[in-house]
Amino acid sequence: MELLVNNAKTYCYTGGKPFDAAKPTVVFIHGVLNDHSVWILQSRYLANHGYNVLAVDLPGHCRSAGEAPATVEEAADFIAALLDAAGADKAALVGHSWGSLIALEAASRLKERVTHLVLVGTAYPMKVSPVLIETSLNDPMKALNMINVFSRSTLAAPPSALGPGTWVFGAGMALGKRVLASNTAVNVFHRGFVACDRYAHGEQAMAAITCPVLMLLGAQDQMTQPRAAQPLIAQAKATGKRLQVVTLPVGHHQMTETPDETLFAIRDFLKLS
Amino acid sequence: MSGYADPGFDTLALHAGAAPDPTTGARAVPIHLTTSFVFESSEHAQSLFNLERAGHVYSRISNPTNAVLEQRVAALEGGIGAITTASGQAALHLSVATLMGAGSHIVASTALYGGSQNLLHYTMRRFGIETTFVKPGDIDGWKAAIRPTTKLLFGETVGNPGLDVLDIPTVSTIAHEAGVPLLVDSTLTSPWLMKPLELGADLVYHSATKFLSGHGTVIGGIVVDGGSFDWASAYAKTGRFEELAAPYEGFHNMNFSEESTVGAFLLRARREGLRDFGACMSPHSAWLILQGVETLGLRMERHMRNTEKVVQFLASQPFVARVGHPMLESHPSHALAQKLLPRGAGSVFSFDLKGNRDQGKKFIETLKVFSHLANVGDCRSLVIHPASTTHFRMTDEALAAGGITQGTIRLSIGLEDADDLIDDLKRALKAAEKAGA
Repeated sequence: MELLVNNAKTYCYTGGKPFDAAKPTVVFIHGVLNDHSVWILQSRYLANHGYNVLAVDLPGHCRSAGEAPATVEEAADFIAALLDAAGADKAALVGHSWGSLIALEAASRLKERVTHLVLVGTAYPMKVSPVLIETSLNDPMKALNMINVFSRSTLAAPPSALGPGTWVFGAGMALGKRVLASNTAVNVFHRGFVACDRYAHGEQAMAAITCPVLMLLGAQDQMTQPRAAQPLIAQAKATGKRLQVVTLPVGHHQMTETPDETLFAIRDFLKLS
Repeated sequence: MSGYADPGFDTLALHAGAAPDPTTGARAVPIHLTTSFVFESSEHAQSLFNLERAGHVYSRISNPTNAVLEQRVAALEGGIGAITTASGQAALHLSVATLMGAGSHIVASTALYGGSQNLLHYTMRRFGIETTFVKPGDIDGWKAAIRPTTKLLFGETVGNPGLDVLDIPTVSTIAHEAGVPLLVDSTLTSPWLMKPLELGADLVYHSATKFLSGHGTVIGGIVVDGGSFDWASAYAKTGRFEELAAPYEGFHNMNFSEESTVGAFLLRARREGLRDFGACMSPHSAWLILQGVETLGLRMERHMRNTEKVVQFLASQPFVARVGHPMLESHPSHALAQKLLPRGAGSVFSFDLKGNRDQGKKFIETLKVFSHLANVGDCRSLVIHPASTTHFRMTDEALAAGGITQGTIRLSIGLEDADDLIDDLKRALKAAEKAGA
């Protein structure tokens, strides 16, 4: 589905279903150098099980036009505008990595409009090593290989996000190249990493949200290590949030290396009222 | 530098796609000889059929043993995934049938395996798909042959029978400028010698019967998607590839490019091609091929070492008119092979005896270590005399057009001791020479 958000064409995967105002809505937000398709199994399942799904390509990424967000705050404003454009009064927000920070910040601004917040592969602060930031700018193919190496936890993923026979590492590499090539004006790899690195409002945002929170972490995640999520977990507890923390035996490719476990955790969490 | 997190070729050849079986602890890949897989519930069944969850339903579509082979070869090729098929020919047919229908057009190299040439020149034409053949080194010819209906450029890494090396970087650039993908048959080189996807190809397939299996025991094929071709953009610009970039009524109105930004080809090839054409691989075959893949690096190294010795021996023989291997400076693809195939241009090649058809037959019949049969890529050394077997109905003129003479012999160098191979060839050369006296 294409929406006009901030006067820019915006693509959202909907599982092939038209938007139905009577159904609850789930917005999926991808991470750096990803697009909607990283959520394909989880989003398609929910689209066929009673939800409106908006798995968005962030502005300036793949099928979406517009200026690629330079900060988490800019991206959060976009998510608010996306809900307005879709006609969704309320929505659950599900974000991965950079997308988790965007979801967190958006939830803090949208307050009761956000019914559930799912942070997959999250960390705060989400500091990116200076070497990786520099390499993403000057040698993006090398940096792409680095992040896919850091992201995987196994050479033998189960039937995954294209189904049996998928080589998850190769799929991650190919998608990264495609997303990078989709924006010839801006290096969205570098811009996304800088946005992650500079985001400084995570604890305030966590304090401000009004909905339940699920943190879905990878025990072997080298990109956003579970211990790096502890400040957010502590803040959620300190501010009395309804918090679930699920740790899966996986790296940073939660949606593709453990597709079912990731889906079930999200599905069950969304049933909370 | 490779390491645990970023393993090298031989580690991937042994480990990619497979972990110890979680139920039994079996370390080797189990053979899952079952047609079907039990659903956990009706809801699970529905989710699998609707591609909401990943898993196995029926072994024509996917199977856990096959999936290991698919992941492994995709890993070795640098692809996003793969599909195993009943044969190499089935892999080529699956690729073509996924990308196009009647009214479409292919540009293909003239230097193709005869079965591929037949499929494109005769059989696919009967179904409304036309092919224009161009010499692999005729760069202007590739460009000139592209039409508005062209949906694929296709060649072999090293072509049959002369081992013309396909200039993949150049031909892929031509393809991409025209909004068309490049498919490469990599059977004769295997990913140990060349990774076509890294050079610019979009899809690569193998007759896994040959080097991937390596033991002459099984027929199989596999097609790997590099995930590099942007079907949706090509469709938006040219209207081509609606098969992958527009809703498909035959599968839940799915738009495969929306479902997967990089995996649309594999989605449709499996969900339509294996479902409807049904040329799937047996799990037993997949297991046998896996045994071969596990030692691919070791075998290819030995294949190439033996080939080098045999080529050098033959090139020094007065009764040999020509040796057609790109490792020799006399070969037209020598420079390109040095660039694209630094580990060698394969162990299948031909040479010409200075003799007539009968002398060629005598040569073959004298060989003891080499086996006379119609295959290549076995661990055993193989030989065939095209003029008296595969091409025996052809006139001298027709043979010449295909680069074959009465004295042309094709060899597939195996893993035996090189000295034994050379001794065998030496005796056969002597016998053939005497037969002409």
